[in-house]
Amino acid sequence: MRAVDAIMECLKAEGVEVVFGLPGGANLPTYDAFVDADIRHILVRHEAGGGHAAEGYAKATGRVGVAFATSGPGATNLVTPICDAMMDSVPVVFITGQVRTELLGTDGFQEADTIGITMPIVKHSFMIQDPQEIPRAIHEAFHIARTGRPGPTLVDIPQDLSRAEIEYQPVSDVHLPGYQPTVEGNQKQIRQAARALAASQRPILYVGGGVVNSNASAELRELAACDRFPVTATVMALGAFPAPHPQWLGMLGMHGTRAANYAMDEADLICAIGARFDDRVTGKLSEFAPHAKIIHIDIDPAEISKNVPAHIPIVGDAKSVLGKLAVEYRALAADPARLEPWWQRIASWQERYPLRYEESADSEIKPQYMVRALHEATGGQAIITSDVGQHQMWVAQYYDFPEPRRWINSGGLGTMGFGLPAAMGAAVGCPDRLVCCVAGDGSVQMNAQELATCSAEGIPIKVFIMNNGYLGMVRQWQELFWEKRYSAVEMGPYPDFVKLAEAYGATGMRCEDKRTLVDDFKRAIETEGPVVVDVRVSREENTFPMIPAGKAAREMVG
Amino acid sequence: MGEPGTKEPLSLEELQAAGSLRTGRKHTLSILVENKSGVLTRIAGLFARRGFNIETLTVGPSDDPDLSRITLTVDGALHPIDQVTKQLHKLINVLKIRDLDPAETVARELALFKVSVDGPQRGEVMQIAEIFRGKIVDVGKRSVVIEITGGAEKIAAFESMVRPFGLIEMMRTGEIAISRGRQET
Repeated sequence: MRAVDAIMECLKAEGVEVVFGLPGGANLPTYDAFVDADIRHILVRHEAGGGHAAEGYAKATGRVGVAFATSGPGATNLVTPICDAMMDSVPVVFITGQVRTELLGTDGFQEADTIGITMPIVKHSFMIQDPQEIPRAIHEAFHIARTGRPGPTLVDIPQDLSRAEIEYQPVSDVHLPGYQPTVEGNQKQIRQAARALAASQRPILYVGGGVVNSNASAELRELAACDRFPVTATVMALGAFPAPHPQWLGMLGMHGTRAANYAMDEADLICAIGARFDDRVTGKLSEFAPHAKIIHIDIDPAEISKNVPAHIPIVGDAKSVLGKLAVEYRALAADPARLEPWWQRIASWQERYPLRYEESADSEIKPQYMVRALHEATGGQAIITSDVGQHQMWVAQYYDFPEPRRWINSGGLGTMGFGLPAAMGAAVGCPDRLVCCVAGDGSVQMNAQELATCSAEGIPIKVFIMNNGYLGMVRQWQELFWEKRYSAVEMGPYPDFVKLAEAYGATGMRCEDKRTLVDDFKRAIETEGPVVVDVRVSREENTFPMIPAGKAAREMVG
Repeated sequence: MGEPGTKEPLSLEELQAAGSLRTGRKHTLSILVENKSGVLTRIAGLFARRGFNIETLTVGPSDDPDLSRITLTVDGALHPIDQVTKQLHKLINVLKIRDLDPAETVARELALFKVSVDGPQRGEVMQIAEIFRGKIVDVGKRSVVIEITGGAEKIAAFESMVRPFGLIEMMRTGEIAISRGRQET
């Protein structure tokens, strides 16, 4: 069997239903194998679009995404999605073509050291040196991407090796002596955590993307229900705990709610679950949560005590650990009345500092209102992807996500141009669900070419561009911290997004009046095929509240 | 603090934060890795991007042809060793890491010194080499090359002794280390 046909067999054995990719010289043999393979291949218009689509697919479904590219520029175009998947722990397998082995190291045409370039940003990678190794490498790549703390893996296959004839034996066992993730948490540590929770007067559950990755939402809700624990989550974990909910404080961090940030600041016990104390969460590290003891639950031991020292470290999968923690906690029969003063304190913040914005008196569309209108038009039930910037934070603040895997964004790397292809991937993975992308007018242009893919493949994503004619978040920082000396943030009136949509075979619409906005959005959603809605919003609205960079949570402004 | 299984809640004051601590001493890490292409690059790259500084690094075959042994030393005053080893463990090709206890470890390094000698100095330098149990491995009209094996302190001491004679150059291998007693490193 040709090695490339064996690759197809491996993909099928891994349950792969779709591959996002773009062919070139070095992976021509692989694309020949697609002809007879009975695996859906979606031809993207740029490899980065394919990589982000594979991420969107993985985040929406929980399955492993797959993206293909050729050697050299094909592979280097994948660098951003690979790094994005690494930062946000997204399981994606990237398979790249490489020049023939005789050309390796000669600066041959379309040669790039893909393994070397991507080494710092993959969970693991495989350089194929013998065609017989290919099936095992592919299965190991899937195993590593999917298990433990998920992440991107890459298999680089020289063109001549991919054409070779090999003896294909299905691989049923993957054994990696240097890779044994700890799934079950230490029972004694879990018991200690339960007792610390029972002793705490001002506890808070701080939830990160790991809870989504391990499908532990039900276990989280179960633990929270044990004792009215206040719950906050990072931008990666919105939906893991349902919003709204009496125990839900909203997102924490730089643009989180005051209630969530102040509760972290005054807590005596923080139970971090699948979260990594990122600088956007902690603010000034030396002043982070000065009164709190830390329980840190994570499947990746290197995250524990990396930024903030943990008092009770628990290495394990969130699903397994949370389940056991709830059982241990219930056995202690702690007195829920002890949390009453804490809830009074939190309620006073919630009352004094709700998320708020000044509503326009006329037809002007405030960006925050745009998100609420989208929430209403979608019944709060859509999968929403976003790019990075103001619009991302407004969606995070104002679209209440009831379930995990409904909110798909680039949190760690902060990749502009992520949202549209990620929506495409999510829509392929969840064909029965409405998938919307909320983009900025700046970021949407970074992967707008994938509209052609959506039209060609009949992928009916709805793209809502929050158009303020600026690189809005940068403009906001220049206004607030650089004396309003605007530098390189004005986008001008180009392109005409309605015409752009039509040129790509999608439906284009424009919205300028808030009074008809909900109905306009409903119309866009009901329109078949991909739709682009150019929503003209207030130009200089700021995202508030915020913790200024390098400041402590209690110093929030706005 | 209550015993495991009791209902007594744990008082928060009793908890001690662990990790991220600087030990303040030199650490010798013995790392067993799969003998696959790119392993050393992965380790060196990890140190570089996490801002960890390697003091010495040696790589060589082990008794199993599929495995290599890397010995490296890191300054525990500058870096949280706990974070260094956890990050190393995340590399798929890394099988085992031991942070060797200095009291339970034999560490050796090999160094070659090229010393300038003219006439009567030659005897003096050779005498010093003998005291350090060094070997003369090359003799020329105006120089000798001396091989010294030992711990880092011994090599440093020898260096300070011969430097006044005119040290032309010195090369060191970096430390390798093995645990004492019957148990494997």
